[in-house]
Parts: sequence; structure tokens; C-alpha cells
Amino acid sequence: MAKETSIKARTQTFSFFYGQKQALFDINIDMHENRVTAFIGPSGCGKSTFLRSINRMNDLIESTKHTGLMEVDGVDVYGSDVDVVTLRRRIGMVFQKSTPFPKSIFENITYGLTLTGKKSKSELEEVVESSLRRAALWEEVKDRLHHSALGLSGGQQQRLCIARAVSVNPEILLMDEPCSALDPISTGKVEELITQLKDQYTIVLVTHNMQQAARVSDYTGFFLMGKLIEFDRTRTIFTSPSKKETEDYITGRFG
Amino acid sequence: MNRFSATSKRFGEHIAEWSIRIVASLSILVIFLIFVFVFREAAGLFSGAQRSQAAAEAAASASATPADHEQDVYNPDEETDSAATTSPSNANDQDVYNPDATIEEPAPAAASTATPEEAPQASKSLWEQLTGSIWQPVSEDPKFGLIPLFIGTTKTTIVAIVIGAPLGILAALYTAFFASPRVRNIVKPTIELLAGFPSVVIGFFCLTIVATFLQDVLGTAFRLNALVGGFGLSLAVIPLVYSIAEESLTAVPRSLREASLALGSTEWQTAYRVMLPAAAPGVFAAVLLGVGRAFGETMIALMATGNAAMKTWSVFEPARTFAATIGSEMGEVVWGSEHYGILFLLGSMLFLFSFGLNAVTELYVKSRLIKKFQGK
Repeated sequence: MAKETSIKARTQTFSFFYGQKQALFDINIDMHENRVTAFIGPSGCGKSTFLRSINRMNDLIESTKHTGLMEVDGVDVYGSDVDVVTLRRRIGMVFQKSTPFPKSIFENITYGLTLTGKKSKSELEEVVESSLRRAALWEEVKDRLHHSALGLSGGQQQRLCIARAVSVNPEILLMDEPCSALDPISTGKVEELITQLKDQYTIVLVTHNMQQAARVSDYTGFFLMGKLIEFDRTRTIFTSPSKKETEDYITGRFG
Repeated sequence: MNRFSATSKRFGEHIAEWSIRIVASLSILVIFLIFVFVFREAAGLFSGAQRSQAAAEAAASASATPADHEQDVYNPDEETDSAATTSPSNANDQDVYNPDATIEEPAPAAASTATPEEAPQASKSLWEQLTGSIWQPVSEDPKFGLIPLFIGTTKTTIVAIVIGAPLGILAALYTAFFASPRVRNIVKPTIELLAGFPSVVIGFFCLTIVATFLQDVLGTAFRLNALVGGFGLSLAVIPLVYSIAEESLTAVPRSLREASLALGSTEWQTAYRVMLPAAAPGVFAAVLLGVGRAFGETMIALMATGNAAMKTWSVFEPARTFAATIGSEMGEVVWGSEHYGILFLLGSMLFLFSFGLNAVTELYVKSRLIKKFQGK
């Protein structure tokens, strides 16, 4: 196991509410730079909610609120001086369902870049190629960059979304069950990708698939009913968990 | 009877199914028959082989016996001719009218006495008449130039769409993406309520208030003009464009919006660059339906455009639309006359236009746009 890196993001007694219903209870987590942090747990345990709190996607949902602290680089992301648009530019996100825009492959990748102003054509082409290469998609689509992204297969679409997310060079990459709709071969490609991408990004991954967490992550957190039951190095979680719930879950006794 | 025989409950369902089927077929049949009727009435214009001669006779007898109103406009020569040679529908007309052969005698005689100024005018072909630039259907020398009506219809429609489409689409964008749920729940039904507004009320509003206001502001020579009419039509167009555009915008998957926002785009960038293009087929259809509504709207056009058939593209001058022409003249037209046929021709054109518009919407939206957005 690689040695400790600095902490990129962390929470202190972070709780989250949908209306009256509390979804997260006093979460304390440190997410390390250039590491993959995975969250596992049964459906509805709050791991996606937690992920979406990091880049404030939950702001889109009416009547939600939070307590506690969510810090990225020592800055409270819910602070009044934080611009949510700028924040999201630094924190990329890949969703469970691939979400290509109904535009060409080229336009999908350049979308994030052109948000901040016009870029030269050569600059855009360069970013498109490097992003697609990083997402291991370049070879497959280089001849049809100007075709609609909706013509790609499911696995290609998901890698396109990853390429789109890395095109703006975020610092943190949030991945919300990125492989749940993919076949094993595409899943393998995406996992390989995650391992490569962690050299440049801090990756936070939510997954239903425990093997996936074991394969790609450095740290694993186990959520249950909105509580963080256990958080440790992945090897520790999967070999000698300290909590009985964790052990029950990873050995398949429930969930 | 075996194990798989239908139960009595199924039998009831059969009856219900068949009654629904019959009612649906009936309504389709009724609509179809309306079209047949409209086209048949218009077709009477074209069916007479000696139309121009008949027109000359009609014009001549009009000058000869203006008091004998019904007989001189109705044209026995044309009707009998066509009944014999072409459609059986004209035979019906003949039954109803029972054209009297004696009328034919004075008519040619009258034609010979027609003044030289009238004769060349009246012997114009139907096409020449229709492409004339004067619409003057009720006169001793009726002129049926459709050009001013076409210009009037086009310019009021353009005004209505130029005002209505952007407002409708922007309002749809606002309620779909920017408004808080509370505002949306007030704004959306309010705009949609406008769709159910009687058009005569909108027409009256434009006639009395908007016309005066616009004349005060713009200082136009005519109080009622294409601009006032177009504005009135836009009030009918906005709710239509709004509700269809809003529906197609909200039908765009939420996930696209989230993906765009997660890339660090603002709400406006998301709405304009992702949601609007994704909903483009629906928005396009909304605008086309708006055009159709503006084109076919009668009451507002009748009340607020000034209703004068002028061959001018200026929106500050009055206009007369196809629909308003039918609306205002059909009540007094002589049954079966040339004027009557031309009004039905206008109706057919309105129908063909809306039909074409819907066809374009269907074909364009279903083929090109969807293809463009979904690969290849």
C-alpha cells in the first residue's frame, strides 16, 4: 500500500436532511489526494447522497439542508463565499447512467471548456484527443468525432462521460456507480481507467460492487442506514474489518 | 364450450371495444366529409370548361339586372356544364338550385350589351383573377385578387410569431428551469388559461385598448393595423407555444441537466446549450403549430387588423387575412356564386396550409432532427 498522501477533502460531523428525513448522520471522512476512496453499502444507505454533497449537486433538490463541515482544500464548500459553479468546475462527476448530451462526440468533450469562453480550434482538438485518450476511447471514435454521441454503445458512452469530466481538468473526480449499467468488459476498461486516472485526480467512487471496491480503491468506507460504519484502508476493510456489520456485508450475509 | 371459451365479462369488453371503434371511425368520417365538402365547393370554380365565358355572362347580367340578385350571380351555364361532364356533386347543386333554362336566354343578350370597359375585365381567366391585386368581391365588377389577402395573412402571421414564439419559448424555459416550484405552479396554469380565452375577448381587447395604446406610442396613421392584429394573434399563439415547448423541455431527462451542471455550467448555459437543443424537435413543433394557429385564427384577425385588403407589406397599415375574409363574407355571399366558390377556395388553402405545416412538423421533427440528435 502506498504511503499516506495529503488530505484533499474531508468532512466533520456532516449530516444531511431531505426535508424532515435525515439521510446522513455525523459523517467523518478524510479523502486523500491521488487516491481512490470507495463507498460501499446497500441501496439507500446514503453513499450517493454523500457523494453528491461534495460538489453540492444536492442543491438542486428542494428543501434539503446539512449540518457539519464539508471541506475541500481546507475551504468549506457550503461557505457563503463559495460559488457553486466554480466549485463544480473543480470537482468533476460521472453519473450512474451515462449522460451524453445530444450533440456530437467532439461537442460533448468541448462543452465544459467552452463554458468559460471561446477557445481556439486547435486547442479544442488537442483537449478532445487527450481527454479521449485518457478515457481509452480515442482509438474507437477518432474517425467519427463529429457524429452524435448517442450513436455510441453504453460502455463507450460512459467512457465518453468520463472523458468529458476530465476534459476540464478537475481536481476531484466523483463517480456514482459508474459501472452499474455496463457489461463486464466495459467495466474492466473503466476500472483500468480509474487506476490510471488516480495519478492526476483524487477519485471518490460509489459502488454496489464490492469486488470493484476491492480491486480499484485505496480506502473504503462502509455506509449503512446513513451512518458511516467503518472507514479504513481497503485491504483492512476486506481482510480484517473491525465491525461486525461490515464483515456481515462484505461476506454477503446481508445486503 | 371448452376451458378457453370467453367469459361473459369478456363479452362486455368486446361491446365496449367495438363501440369505441365505431365512434372513432365516425368522427374520422365526419372530419373527412367536411374536407370533401370544402374542396367540392371550391372545385366548382375550376370545373366549368367555359368558365371565362360564364364569368362574362355573370358580370354582364349583373350590370343588366342588379336587382335580380340571386339569379345573376348564380351561374346556370357553368353548373349545367360541369354537372354533365364532371362531378356528380355538382349535380346535387343543380337539384337544389334547379337552374331555370330561361335565364340563359337573356344572359348572352346582356353580354352583348356589356360596356367595353367591363368586357375585357370580366373575360379574365380564373388564374388571372386570383392573382390580381384587388379584392373587391361585392361590386358590379367583382375582383377576386388574392394577393392582398395573402400579404395580409402573411404579415400578421409573421408579426404574431415574431412576438409570440420567443416569448412563449422563453417563458417555457423560465418555468421549466429557473422558476421556484411555487412560482411555476402559479405561472404555468395562468399562461395555459390564456389558451382557453375566447378569441373574441382577445380581439375586443386589442380593438379597444391595444390599438389606441400602440397608436399613441407609435403614431401610426391607421389605428387598426397588422401590428395590432399580429399582437392580438400572438396572445393566442403564446400559450400554445408555451405549453408545447414547456412540455418538451421538461421531458428532457433530468440527468442531462445534472451532467451539465456538474461540469460547472450555469443554469442559463445549461438551459440554452443543453436543454433547448435536446428539446429542439418539440420546440420547433411548438413554433410551427403557433404559425398554424396565427394563420387560421379568425376572430382576432377580423377585429384587430383593420380588415382592409391592401397590397402592402407595411405592418403599420391594415391587413385582411384569409380566415377573416371567410369569416366576414361567408354570411352574405350568394350560395353557389363565384365569390362563394372562392371563399371555399380560401378555406381549402387554409386547410392545405395547416396540413402542410403539420406534415412538415412530422417529417422534419421525426426524421431530420431526431436523426441529428441520435447519431449518424
